[in-house]
Amino acid sequence: MSPIHDQSYRRYSGTRLPVGRSWAVIARHGIKAMVEKRAFLILMIVAWIPFIVRCVQLYVVANYPQAGAIVAVDAKMFRDFLDQQGFFVFLTTIYVGAGMIANDRRANALQIYLSKPLLRMEYVGGKLLVLVSFLLGVTLLPAVLLILMQVAFSGSFTFIWNNLFVVPAVVLACLVQVLVASFTMLALSSLSKSSRYVSLLYTGAIFFTEAMFNALRLITGSTRVAWVSITANLQQVVDAIFRTPARYETPTLVSMLVLLALVAVSISVLERRVKGVEVVS
Amino acid sequence: MAETSPAVLLEHVSVVYGKNYALRDVSAVFPAGAVGLLGPNGAGKSTMLKALLGFLTPTSGRMEVLGMKVADRPLEVRSQLGYMPETDGHIPGMNAVTFVAYCGQLAGLPKADAMQRAHETLFYVGLGEARYRNLETYSTGMKQRIKLAQALVHDPDLVFLDEPTNGMDPKGRDEMLALIRDIAHNKGINLILSSHLLPDVEFTCDHVVVLDKGRVATFGPIEELKGPAGRVYEVRVKGALAPFVAALHGAGMECRETDEDVMRVFVPGAIGQTGADQQHICAVAGQVKVQVRHLRTSVPTLEDVFARAVGEP
Repeated sequence: MSPIHDQSYRRYSGTRLPVGRSWAVIARHGIKAMVEKRAFLILMIVAWIPFIVRCVQLYVVANYPQAGAIVAVDAKMFRDFLDQQGFFVFLTTIYVGAGMIANDRRANALQIYLSKPLLRMEYVGGKLLVLVSFLLGVTLLPAVLLILMQVAFSGSFTFIWNNLFVVPAVVLACLVQVLVASFTMLALSSLSKSSRYVSLLYTGAIFFTEAMFNALRLITGSTRVAWVSITANLQQVVDAIFRTPARYETPTLVSMLVLLALVAVSISVLERRVKGVEVVS
Repeated sequence: MAETSPAVLLEHVSVVYGKNYALRDVSAVFPAGAVGLLGPNGAGKSTMLKALLGFLTPTSGRMEVLGMKVADRPLEVRSQLGYMPETDGHIPGMNAVTFVAYCGQLAGLPKADAMQRAHETLFYVGLGEARYRNLETYSTGMKQRIKLAQALVHDPDLVFLDEPTNGMDPKGRDEMLALIRDIAHNKGINLILSSHLLPDVEFTCDHVVVLDKGRVATFGPIEELKGPAGRVYEVRVKGALAPFVAALHGAGMECRETDEDVMRVFVPGAIGQTGADQQHICAVAGQVKVQVRHLRTSVPTLEDVFARAVGEP
């Protein structure tokens, strides 16, 4: 029997890229696939509305200094801005991250990925980069632009000189927020084949821990139990980064350790779940 | 790689799932060309392929693919491997050409080259007209072809095909087998075909490795394995079968039942005594009082090799 479709296949004689760059292919594809979705673009636009509001605030204070008594422009303003963006971090994490690994597991794509010359770490890294990019796009990018707007509207660097810690604080706070959300979501996404179920899991993890904290606060009459809530731990650490008074009695170090433990557990889950073959012994 | 170098080499490889050995001290040589990996369900065929891909880590032993140790250079090994998995596998939300090009990029091809080869490969596997369709709309046969395309897009030196004709209609199956045969014999790509369908392996491969219960039962060139010293006859009898089979065994002949009511009788010895063999079989039948209704010479098949290797009756 002669071959039936022998019209085009030939050996490849071109160059091959060195191994170890597949994470970039995965990240590029993931970002492209996401920005092609209209609903996602709408979410991104809505996520930037607080930035516009803050720009107006900066403009008003720069031109009418007496307004500064009502809406002060200080380090706390940037901290509050990041607090507000927490809601969009939550929505973006769910929209982008829930199906990140779950969809690949549903379609048995992991065996395809891992049969290529890429490490499991590269696969996770590529997926993580997609989520981190979009989360930084709703936190770090508008926050940095706000600082630039402040300089532009006031026409001087006085604010920056007087608050030198603000720029590194913004960067650090955004990274903490984004990395905790990203690792947690990717770990949850690797646990299931359903992105909807993952969304529920993540929502549950955020709201259940918050509810538990509030219940314990009512019972004990103290906020020392804030460490049980993911959101409270993030707030506590970000407060410390911005040198604003801590809002809970839980030591900041404890909150930091809880967040570190959460990331460590997430990495451990990813290490166990992202495999080319599922072994049921 | 030199022509005579083996494509895959395993030395004392064991893979354990919990307390169960999927592969037990397996040593085998897969020569260059097309090699069939045969075995009943649970024999360890897929486990062997997954271990060679690095999905599973053997508890002991050494594996080499294309002259490279799998344990030391897994990425280099996989860059020269193509893998067509047994189960459906795709990346959600993609059309065929994007999927195959994406796989090419993951394997190290530049973006433009990956896209060009994706088109070529899709035409080669017979999906040229459907290459802009979303993969989720593909039929089972088309999914098998797309899995082959993604395994070939980066032009590997060795392809692992795990049950490539599963779920295909007869026409599609014939076309897939023709493709596989063409890949191995005309395109210069080594392949290992894991299948439980003996005709598929017989049609496409030159060598075979038979696994049974995690061990290598036999291996070698198919023609050599099929052509032992002896003759094969198809026999159908009327009467008590068990005494006849026992009598054949007593007379130094092997006997195997097939799915139909025809037995295959193997007579050891030199070729050229067909008439005497037939008389001998009829005489044995006469001794146990069964009627011979059908007796004709046959040729050894891979099924015979397989049955002997795994000890089937």
